[in-house]
Amino acid sequence: MILGSINPAVLMAALMVAATPILLAAIGELVVEKAGVLNLGVEGMMIMGACIGFIVAVNTGSPIIGFAGAALGGMALALLFALLTQALMTNQVASGLALTLFGLGLTALLGQQYVGITPPRTPRLDLGPLAEIPFLGRAFFRHDIVVYLSIVLVGAVWWFLKYSRAGMILRAVGENHDAAHALGYNVKRVRVLAILFGGACAGLGGAYLSLIRVPQWTEGMTVGAGWIALALVVFASWRPWRALAGAYLFGGVVVLQLNLQAAGVRIPVEYLSMSPYLITILVLVIISSGKGRGSLNAPGSLNRPFHASN
Amino acid sequence: MRHTLLQLQGLSKSYPGVKANDDISFAIGEGQMHALLGENGAGKSTLVKMIYGLVRPDAGEMRLRGAPFAPSQPSEARQNGVAMVFQHFSLFDALDVAENVALGMENPPPLRDLAARIRDVSEEYGLPLDPSRLVGELSAGERQRVEIVRCLLQDPKLLIMDEPTSVLTPQEVEILFRTLRKLSSEGTAILYISHKLEEIRALCDEATILRGGKKVATCDPREKSARELAELMVGQLLTPPERPERPFGEVVLEVEKLSLKSNNPFGTSLKDISLQLRAGEVLGIAGVAGNGQDELLLMLSGELLAPAGQVRLKGAPIGDLEPNTRRALGLVAAPEERLGHAAAPDMNLTENALLSGSGRKRLEKGGFIDWGGAERFAREIITRFDVRTPGPHVLARALSGGNLQKFVIGREIELDPDVIVVNQPTWGVDAAAAATIRQALLDLAGKGAAVLVISQDLDELLEVADSFAALNEGRLTPVRPAKGLTVEEIGLMMGGAGDMHVAHEAAE
Repeated sequence: MILGSINPAVLMAALMVAATPILLAAIGELVVEKAGVLNLGVEGMMIMGACIGFIVAVNTGSPIIGFAGAALGGMALALLFALLTQALMTNQVASGLALTLFGLGLTALLGQQYVGITPPRTPRLDLGPLAEIPFLGRAFFRHDIVVYLSIVLVGAVWWFLKYSRAGMILRAVGENHDAAHALGYNVKRVRVLAILFGGACAGLGGAYLSLIRVPQWTEGMTVGAGWIALALVVFASWRPWRALAGAYLFGGVVVLQLNLQAAGVRIPVEYLSMSPYLITILVLVIISSGKGRGSLNAPGSLNRPFHASN
Repeated sequence: MRHTLLQLQGLSKSYPGVKANDDISFAIGEGQMHALLGENGAGKSTLVKMIYGLVRPDAGEMRLRGAPFAPSQPSEARQNGVAMVFQHFSLFDALDVAENVALGMENPPPLRDLAARIRDVSEEYGLPLDPSRLVGELSAGERQRVEIVRCLLQDPKLLIMDEPTSVLTPQEVEILFRTLRKLSSEGTAILYISHKLEEIRALCDEATILRGGKKVATCDPREKSARELAELMVGQLLTPPERPERPFGEVVLEVEKLSLKSNNPFGTSLKDISLQLRAGEVLGIAGVAGNGQDELLLMLSGELLAPAGQVRLKGAPIGDLEPNTRRALGLVAAPEERLGHAAAPDMNLTENALLSGSGRKRLEKGGFIDWGGAERFAREIITRFDVRTPGPHVLARALSGGNLQKFVIGREIELDPDVIVVNQPTWGVDAAAAATIRQALLDLAGKGAAVLVISQDLDELLEVADSFAALNEGRLTPVRPAKGLTVEEIGLMMGGAGDMHVAHEAAE
């Protein structure tokens, strides 16, 4: 049987690596959307992170500084989005799309001299004996630090939204910005901070592609990862742990597709590449049919511009 | 003479084109129940927003217990003991009661302790609440309790209440009043905003009346009649609508044992609704907000489809017909929400007139729009219903609430329907405009049309309705003749006091 040539432990390890970029971008966008803002510029912020992270890492020789630079790069683009949508009150959907196109163009320019270079290697995190456990060690404990960081980040966001007062205010702003304003919360400040956080996360996700997963810089190298991240937020119905599950599911589909091709299964690749989006459409249909509590979890003020009326 | 708690001196606030508050001065004593009276647009909301720190005055000053008081944001007002219950609730549907309360507090305790305190305070004041329930699932009365409990937990010295009774049954109002009296006896001053004069006469010991942004008078409401207060408020004499005696005709609209699921996750589904409406009859349907009023209107207008045979117009099944088809058959409707439902905010009055009038007024010919005819139709509405606007080219959004309401109700009446269904026809409308609208509905009934008025304003229903029913959790009570009904009976039809109970009396 041809499928026998696929090693489940290796598959699992590859899956985690494949899922990490979209997970990072998705958890950032989840916070942004919980604050009531729809930023469709995730793809642009990711490619920005991929490019800036790569340039910084190559020039400093340190992947860690590279990741920090990537976060700042993503934030810079997010700041532009925040300025447009929160201060100048432009349409969020149009601004987000413009942000993606702008990011793709700008990075093509910035990265011109970096095509074909190999970035400094990011070391594997040494977990000592854990890495030696049969099967589990190979699958879970031989990764770089960013994989674990992304999981910690999911936990932190979950805790922040569920238990912290700041998280509650953020949810309140996303649920009903008029009421939040009436109670004296600064809707715009909360939203700008959330947008910046989303930018930083997307930047990190992008840098993971250019510094670890690929690792190389090519123009437009995110190839739709940002859109998957956006879809993932809806798929997860705005719940952090579900975003993790969804990212690993999507990552699994990607890796499986590669493995199936290598193993010679004759399913056209395109069907498998389509599947994450099909699942997302299905989830959207279920949510909008108003059944179950998934529909209640959507932030009430999502994508509605906020004007203080007084 | 009690000590002055809050002194307002010469407060003024202007917005582009309108002076919302003009040199307003008055004082509120400690533990006093002070009413703030005025029509919509008289400047009540702006004034309390200044006290609560949401709006900064252009001129004038406030003193709280003698010390200058100029809150720049609500948290500063809250720290000084000022709390506010909003008219349009400042609540978050997808958050639970405890979280909603915590969001309105300065330094909330951990959520678990807060839940216990919410239970204690709500029991003590007769406002039972379950801290773990989602606010989106609560009734309007319960939602208001959340707001009040949120304020009480902060030991306010001044509690501002903006139109608190508009969403309550008469029994709930009575219990709210006892809670407020208890608070007042404990030394909390209450600034009570309303336009319901009898309530103010029953509750408050001083009233300040605003008109057009200026203070007209400060008086003791118990020494004035409701009529005198109303005339101070409106600045003119009011005439109650005339209702000539008339015989009813045939049954024109019939709903039979209809149950229908709401299209809104937080909505109320209709349960086993039956009603009959005769030509020339005005049926008033009372009920606290959120008991199925919206769904009833949507079902009758055709926005929510039902099994065909269970809704009948002049004997013909219409349950599965869409709004335009129903309009053509003679059934028109005007929903509660003016902007965005009854009228398209960014379209002008001609376009809005066309949207509902195109069929019955034949404003479309061979697929082309007859703009001349549409504009004439809009002008007719404007003239006949005294809509104050420069002309039909004005955007719907630019009209004041009262004027737009006159326009959207007038538009439907001008279509000369056999049945008209309206929800909250005078909500947020000043007294003069409200009188015009009610008279127009009565005139229409006088000409033989059947009128169904859904409203939360009992005085309005008693003024216009021949027969009466109430919605309670999506069920409709049997229809009764309106003559001879007491407010007590109506309250019971609306569901009485539910699970509220009277506040424990003070411990001496």
